[in-house]
Amino acid sequence: MLEYLGPISEGIAATVTITALAFVLGSILGLPLLAASRSPWLPVRALARFLIDLLRAVPPIVWLFILFFGLAQSLVSLDAYPAAVIGFGCISAAYMAEIYRAGLLAVRRQQWEAGAALGLNRLQVLRTIVGPQAIRVVIPGAATWAIALLKETAVVSVIGVSDVTFLATSESQRSGDGLLIFLLAGGIYILMSLPLALVARWTDARLHRAVAL
Amino acid sequence: MSALAAFLLDADQYDQLLSGLLVSLKVTGLVLLFGLPLGCLLAVLVASRSKPVSLGALAFVEIARGMPALVLLSLVYFGLPQQGITLTALAAAVLALGLNTGAYTSEIFRAALRAVPRGQREAAASLGLTRLSAFRTIVLPQALRIALPQLVGFSILVFQGTALCFAIALPELLSQAYQIGSTTFRYLTVLSIAAAMYAAIAIPVSQYAGWLERRMSARI
Repeated sequence: MLEYLGPISEGIAATVTITALAFVLGSILGLPLLAASRSPWLPVRALARFLIDLLRAVPPIVWLFILFFGLAQSLVSLDAYPAAVIGFGCISAAYMAEIYRAGLLAVRRQQWEAGAALGLNRLQVLRTIVGPQAIRVVIPGAATWAIALLKETAVVSVIGVSDVTFLATSESQRSGDGLLIFLLAGGIYILMSLPLALVARWTDARLHRAVAL
Repeated sequence: MSALAAFLLDADQYDQLLSGLLVSLKVTGLVLLFGLPLGCLLAVLVASRSKPVSLGALAFVEIARGMPALVLLSLVYFGLPQQGITLTALAAAVLALGLNTGAYTSEIFRAALRAVPRGQREAAASLGLTRLSAFRTIVLPQALRIALPQLVGFSILVFQGTALCFAIALPELLSQAYQIGSTTFRYLTVLSIAAAMYAAIAIPVSQYAGWLERRMSARI
């Protein structure tokens, strides 16, 4: 069993870095996407809505193929690793925009009004009053997305990134012991997602306590 | 519009994509047919009073949910034959994605079963119904109605998950698109059309799920 664990665990670096980079990219790109989806200008709002829906409606593996095989014939050609980060970064942006939106909607409208009554402008209200309350809703949602993202990144193995799944597949072909190897790989994913699951559970429990008060 | 369509691909290439889409939809249907009853069963087992049954079911749910669907699919399609159990690509897809679906939806069913008021079970008991018939005729129908919006939402994820079957050479939509791309070298065009097909199904269904959800919360 240990003979397989070594080779497979060499893929942890790729799985973790792709997940982390895509998550950070998505958390950043999600903000302008959220702003656009709440724009007072209808065409901007409709375009943002369409982008969010489209990014989430097409399976991630199809986006990867478009970036990796589709763009290969055009001017910009991407390697598998950057294609994976960019693809999952854009998908994450759509999910994060929705998570941010849920956070904002969870804060009552009166909080905005009270802030305005105190003479704060909208940005100040967002930064000092609404933001800190919204973040409590955002963190458990973001942690849940991060877990889903970690597992979704397994498809990068199909375009040849040496992640946990890719190495498990080649190890299984080499040794003929696929059942054990893929179970081990699954176990590695579960272990990697544990810290995120703890964050989700802990922040969610705190949220419920805060709301119950 | 049709001139544009003809410019992009040949008629038989559209036929090939559509046949792939049909396979994707067929796999989605079979996975739901196997996975949803499994999810319901797992929810009941997790709620069981017997500790070993409940813990065993919970462990199964956590493992089948915790590993990526692609890993589970590879385990079934590449791992089982090495132990002497060979499945066709379709059977492997339905088994692996079905187990995954069962594990995920068991959480939806569990929440829905808990959301049925206790008084309903008590009322059924006072009418002289056995526990099983109370569950079947009183609790389950109400739980299904509560679970419906989330189950519809999850079925989109199942449909998207069928694209993973590319890895096991099942001729679903993505496999067909890739195959057309590899003969014509017009990957971008054909993959974009395939993506549009996925979106054309996923977006309306997710809007329907959202509508169901809003209607449900308006009623409560």
